[in-house]
Amino acid sequence: MRKVFLIGLSLSLLSISAIGCSNNSSGNVIKVATQSPLSGNQATVGEAIKNGAQLAIDDHVEAFKKLGFDLKLAPYDDQADPKKGVANAQSIGADPSILGVVGHYNSGVAIPSATTYQKNKLVMVSPANTAVELTESGNKSVHRIVARDDVQGSADANYATNKLHAKNIFIIQDKTAYGQGISSKFQKQAEANGAKIAGNEGITSGEKDFSGVLNQVAAAKPDFIFYGGIYSEFGILVKQAREKGITVPMMGGDGVDSSDMYTIAGDAIKDVYYSTTAADVSNTTEGKKWAEKYKAKFNKEPQSYAYYGYDAMNVLLKGLEDAIKKNGNKKPNREQVLDAVHAIKDYQGIATKVSFDDKGDNDFAKIFIHKFENKQYPGPLVGEEGKQ
Amino acid sequence: MSNILSALPQVLVDGLTLGAIYAVVALGYTMVYGILELINFAHGEIFMSGAFIGTGLLLSLGVFGIAMPAWITLILILLLTALLTGLLGIGIERLAYRPLRKAPRLIPLISAIGISFILQDLVRFFAEFKTGNYIVTGTTLFEGKVTIPFSSIIGTFHNATIKNNTLILIGITIIIMILLDIFVNRTKWGTAMRAVAQDQETAALMSINVNKVISLTFFIGSAIGGATGFLFAQQYATIDPYIGFILGLKAFTAAVLGGIGNIRGAMFGGLILGVLEVFAAANLSTITGGVIGSEYKDVFAFTILILVLIFKPEGLFGKSVKEKV
Repeated sequence: MRKVFLIGLSLSLLSISAIGCSNNSSGNVIKVATQSPLSGNQATVGEAIKNGAQLAIDDHVEAFKKLGFDLKLAPYDDQADPKKGVANAQSIGADPSILGVVGHYNSGVAIPSATTYQKNKLVMVSPANTAVELTESGNKSVHRIVARDDVQGSADANYATNKLHAKNIFIIQDKTAYGQGISSKFQKQAEANGAKIAGNEGITSGEKDFSGVLNQVAAAKPDFIFYGGIYSEFGILVKQAREKGITVPMMGGDGVDSSDMYTIAGDAIKDVYYSTTAADVSNTTEGKKWAEKYKAKFNKEPQSYAYYGYDAMNVLLKGLEDAIKKNGNKKPNREQVLDAVHAIKDYQGIATKVSFDDKGDNDFAKIFIHKFENKQYPGPLVGEEGKQ
Repeated sequence: MSNILSALPQVLVDGLTLGAIYAVVALGYTMVYGILELINFAHGEIFMSGAFIGTGLLLSLGVFGIAMPAWITLILILLLTALLTGLLGIGIERLAYRPLRKAPRLIPLISAIGISFILQDLVRFFAEFKTGNYIVTGTTLFEGKVTIPFSSIIGTFHNATIKNNTLILIGITIIIMILLDIFVNRTKWGTAMRAVAQDQETAALMSINVNKVISLTFFIGSAIGGATGFLFAQQYATIDPYIGFILGLKAFTAAVLGGIGNIRGAMFGGLILGVLEVFAAANLSTITGGVIGSEYKDVFAFTILILVLIFKPEGLFGKSVKEKV
């Protein structure tokens, strides 16, 4: 037993000295982490976020070299799992060369992880999280460049009731923080607009047979279905609903914003809408140029969150640069970076303009409503709504 | 209440579909348990591998431009998938269970869990290899649907629609179950299997090759599990490497419900669980006036499972048939 203890002790001493070494040698390395699902069934979007951030880093490497710093990306895989996200957040907090985080994709992961960032005074800029609680909890670390669920949910409801004239709405959601958040906001606004809610039911994500819930939908005969959740379930839901002869328009939030909807639902995808906080910039000249660059590097079409990954990283790097300058061209500490990012006003990104308010929300965030049509992704834009 | 009644035909159809899948997968659990008293947790993953192997074969047929009548394609792919997953099952038994046969019960259970992780990630690797996305959507062999006019039989019922795929799925699973029942009860090898299940050593003394019988059990269980995987992929079109987990868990539950180790019990357990689940999903909020929604369908189904097990711990069919396997 004693021997084991001694070996353990010497090992831990060794590792401490190893950490010490790496600290000394990496004094001028600045890393920015990304946290998004790189594996699991949301990997398509998670990777787009990481790749977008990677391009932003590539753009700034030279500028930071001139300032005397070696800029690097530290990608983390949160597996869309809160436990994994928090564990990653802890190892990010323990790495002194990391000065900021771009992430996450899932609000359910972002909320607990943000508590860890706050403890470490790390700044987080989210490219995708829309849950209201994220910025309402008074966590100073948290910033986001996208709109919030309360804006998104009510914008969706306005579109459904005003433009699509929905009167009798059935809501299905996947019981996650995101799905419940957006669908309860949708319900509130839809009811305020005079629509009747025919039902509000949950499904279990990961399952493939939704005929139980759909039988209930068929019995309620709604004229509109809203889904709060992610594309991997919504695609199947659309397919099975159409197979059951439910032909009413269906709509989802930004969680269903993915080109995979076409592959999963196939020809069943008719009259299906989605809202997104991500602007479709693939048609602007600047966006096209950027998409070319993205394709050249990653050999893939950029998903819309790739642009936001890029913008979120750029905002963070802008703050980082400000903090370095303010600190007399020396490496700033995490708190200085946090303050500098928080102070950013009127930053023009490729997808959105960014000004953070007190809570860390973006004043310029907007909601865009698209339709899945002709296998075209992103689908044609059919509506647009700003912050209140 | 009238809503529940009028939707009943459709609920039954959907429930039987889901239940048929549970039932066939449950067979794999129950056969292996019957013969080795081992809960083969990798069985759900064999089902999932079957879904991917079958869909892969189907897609590659399309790539090579080989066109055959849908019936022949279906039967060919089912047989090939069954053969491959059956061999996979034998391989798993050889590698992960046979060396541990004399070890305490818990050890092979752990290696079963290990095998299921390995299979999940292997399949994920190969599925991602080409497209970078492991959610695979295959082509469907049989499009179209049939409407059964329940309303003309009894006025309060609504009509039920069934996809052609569903009919095939139910048909094939019933054929599989009948064949298996005949095999186990009427053939020489089936008798050998039952003998090994009752007492391995005595069976060995009666000149039964125990290892061969165990391999055969794994082959059959895995082959029908894998074939069902392909039927599942046809039914729901979209598969991912994680479908085996929840489905395996429920199929295992079905096996326990019917009395684990008992083949007919597993079949009925699966059907009952499927119908209960779909019934709960469709009607819970109507019954409770919106207090409990359909998201609690599993709670409902498993509550019934617990009740059954409290009053009949050996499962529904555990006692009525004494023999295992």
